Amino acid sequence: MATYRFTVDGKRVSVDAQPEMPLLYALRDDLGLRNPHFGCGLAQCGACTVHVNGEAMRSCVLPMSAVAGKTVTTIAGLGTPEKPHPLQAAYVAEGVPQCGYCINGWVMTAAAVLKKNPKASDAELRDALAGLKCRCGTHVAIMRAIKRAQSQLA
Amino acid sequence: MDRRDFLKMSFAASGGLVVSFSLPPIEALAQSAGKPALVPNELDSWIAVLPDGRVNAFFGKMDMGQGLDVAVAQIVAEELDVGFDKVSVLMGDTASSCNQGGASGSTGTSNGARLLRKAAAEARRVLVERAADRLGAPAAELRVEDGTVVSPRGKTTYAELVGGRYFHHQVQWNQQTGNPMDISVPAKPKPPAEYKVVGKPLARRDVAWKLYGTGEYVTDVRVPGMVHARVIRPPRAACSVRGVDESSIKGIRGARVVREKDFVAVVAPREWDAVRAAQQLKIDWHYDAKAFPPMDALHEHIRAAKAVKREEPVKQGDVEAALKASGVRVIEAEYEWPFQSHASMGPACALADVKADRCTVWTGSQKPHYTRDGVAKLLDMPPEKVRAVWVPGPGSYGRNDAGDAALDAAFLSRAVAKPVRVQGMRADGTAWDPKAPAAVHRARAALDASGKVLAYDFLAKGFSRQHIATNESNPADSLLGQALGLTPKGNQIYGTPGESYGFENKRLAWETIAPLVVAGCSPLRTSHLRDPVGPDIHFASEQFIDELAHAAGEDPVAFRLRYLTNPRHAAVVKAAAEKARWSSLGKGKGIAFADRNGTAVAVVAEVEVDRASGRIWAKRFTVAHDCGLVINPLTLRQTIEGNVVQGLSRTLFEEVRFAPDAVASVDWASYPILEMPDAPEAIEIVLIDRPEVAPSGAGEPTIRVIPAAVANAFFSATGVRLRRAPLNPERVKAALAKA
Repeated sequence: MATYRFTVDGKRVSVDAQPEMPLLYALRDDLGLRNPHFGCGLAQCGACTVHVNGEAMRSCVLPMSAVAGKTVTTIAGLGTPEKPHPLQAAYVAEGVPQCGYCINGWVMTAAAVLKKNPKASDAELRDALAGLKCRCGTHVAIMRAIKRAQSQLA
Repeated sequence: MDRRDFLKMSFAASGGLVVSFSLPPIEALAQSAGKPALVPNELDSWIAVLPDGRVNAFFGKMDMGQGLDVAVAQIVAEELDVGFDKVSVLMGDTASSCNQGGASGSTGTSNGARLLRKAAAEARRVLVERAADRLGAPAAELRVEDGTVVSPRGKTTYAELVGGRYFHHQVQWNQQTGNPMDISVPAKPKPPAEYKVVGKPLARRDVAWKLYGTGEYVTDVRVPGMVHARVIRPPRAACSVRGVDESSIKGIRGARVVREKDFVAVVAPREWDAVRAAQQLKIDWHYDAKAFPPMDALHEHIRAAKAVKREEPVKQGDVEAALKASGVRVIEAEYEWPFQSHASMGPACALADVKADRCTVWTGSQKPHYTRDGVAKLLDMPPEKVRAVWVPGPGSYGRNDAGDAALDAAFLSRAVAKPVRVQGMRADGTAWDPKAPAAVHRARAALDASGKVLAYDFLAKGFSRQHIATNESNPADSLLGQALGLTPKGNQIYGTPGESYGFENKRLAWETIAPLVVAGCSPLRTSHLRDPVGPDIHFASEQFIDELAHAAGEDPVAFRLRYLTNPRHAAVVKAAAEKARWSSLGKGKGIAFADRNGTAVAVVAEVEVDRASGRIWAKRFTVAHDCGLVINPLTLRQTIEGNVVQGLSRTLFEEVRFAPDAVASVDWASYPILEMPDAPEAIEIVLIDRPEVAPSGAGEPTIRVIPAAVANAFFSATGVRLRRAPLNPERVKAALAKA
């Protein structure tokens, strides 16, 4: 066990954990956050995605030892109902999620993609979002929402 | 919890779907005389008016993200004459709703909301009658405006009449439970011509919290004093436990083993410690090395297996004689479908708190009333002492792994005398969920010299769609039960194509075969997955119709229209073809049509085939959909889109892989599903609204036509038939190389 200090959604936190424990367990169990979600524990689906120092990362495989001193942002820190990120507002407007368990990964990944490339083409977006899973099949609505957000960002 | 408590709870929770677990006192209720039992023949079991005039509707079915609760709210608002925003739909808590069957068979609107419609109409009638007494005006002179009853002599409100109190009014119940549950009431629901709220594209209510991380999934539920558990599913099929080395997890703080016969789990105060303990625990497993046939011989096994049960739901004329008649041309084909997994976004999770005389279980199961019954049986408690609370789970498209988790949690909570939260790892959701059955379907037809179809013979043959039951009301139908030595009773049932082709001689039949593992846990146990056996049957039947059109030298749309006898069926085929501009499309187009319990769907797929890589890209779909009266076109469109994409995933990618002793599809790498690069560019939807026809289902019908539409489009692009699913690159390349 060791003590890890880092920042989550603007707050400084400290968690005692095994160095190999994935960040996801600290976020959900030690810090009581409802997002992100456990989907696979294998970095295959994206449901656990957070930003670590601005990069989209899969928290289900990111060990605590790699998190010390870093800045972590979850979907709840990306934006709020009062001050939404354009992607969150667009997803709400398009009514994208069905079960919604995956949506965290799509929003956090797309937010990181659009930050680097706000005018990403359809083809670039489709490639950049490969590796994310959505079992309800909301892919077409996701693309609509991202395009709506792009038009807000432009 | 008694009836009064849960009314309090439901009043407190009127703001949304997520039921609050704390119960603030509501003074108004304390003054209400007597509390009616939660039984279908009490109006109070369906509708409650709050002190401020808002309305709660208690729904015994579930929405899993397709907006069913919004449709119910629209219907209740419509019949009660209150604003849509005033109506909350509370569902999935056995303490506040009757068992309407949970999510099942796309009957949410047809069966489920039908009952709420009557209850709301009756509540309005009763309230208008009481208002007439109070106002001293004949009921016929009263009208209702957003919960205010207005007469020439004055007005009153629903809140004044019954707010915070019970109706104490009986309705007639048909004594059925589950999907067939119904009530009858003196009130007459409104004619569709008067609808103001029904038919509007109103937005879902569960979207924002999913985007801002402010709501609760079943995985998020926590109670004081709870511990974490992981169940260790066997590594192979038909396993038994010879021994468990508890010292192998000695170093993990607070971790302990719970074992009963072949059921093994670990429990620990911290979740990560439970995960580690599950990984480290040494178990001596004994297994059947030949539980399954070799994977490449699966369909041979099905062909050769003795039929356990056979039914012929459709039998007209003399098919055998027509097929043997002289001068006819016989067309014959077989189609193969693999086992498929629910593979929900996350493995199942449940939390149970078992006390000496009662139990609460939080579950993602889409049939929480049956979860309650199963937990009650497991714990040997009366069902009324068990409360099951549905909380949104990581997706649900049938009997997935959620029901197993609920029984596991209850069993473990009793064993350790603490609340237990259990969650699966990825393999538990992919390898150990109940599977959609593998099958081989055979179609034959006889054509005369002019191309006219004289006889049509279809035989669906596969593992039963209900090797284990469609719900967890009997622990024998769970992995826990099987690990404890119970054998699932199951049903032998399959299905036949849904269509109205007017072939003179016609036989539609099905046969089921025995499960591969009869006793013990099987990762290839079969049960319901979205549109049970619909996608596979119509992959066969609607490809075969195309093959007949080709043999007759006729356009696939014109051929279907020649034979469809139901005008609603013909209408969706025409609508899809027109919208897609069928006759002006080039190669790579395919159509498929089917009916599902009164809902008719036709879809045109447009595909591109990359011969080098074997990739099929289904670029565009056009769907025409007729489910009778449309309650909400917005949520209906979203539901259809999900059907298209999930159906495309199952068509192109999904196949449970297995070895003779184990399932090898354990994660997203070994059970790939569709990802964004393969998603369609566009899905066009034509809704055919028929206000005069009672609504039928929309949750499943579209998915059944997707596989054949894609396969028919592939044929149109390449001239090659793909009769085995999934149509993955490997299979495409092999088929093109052979052609």
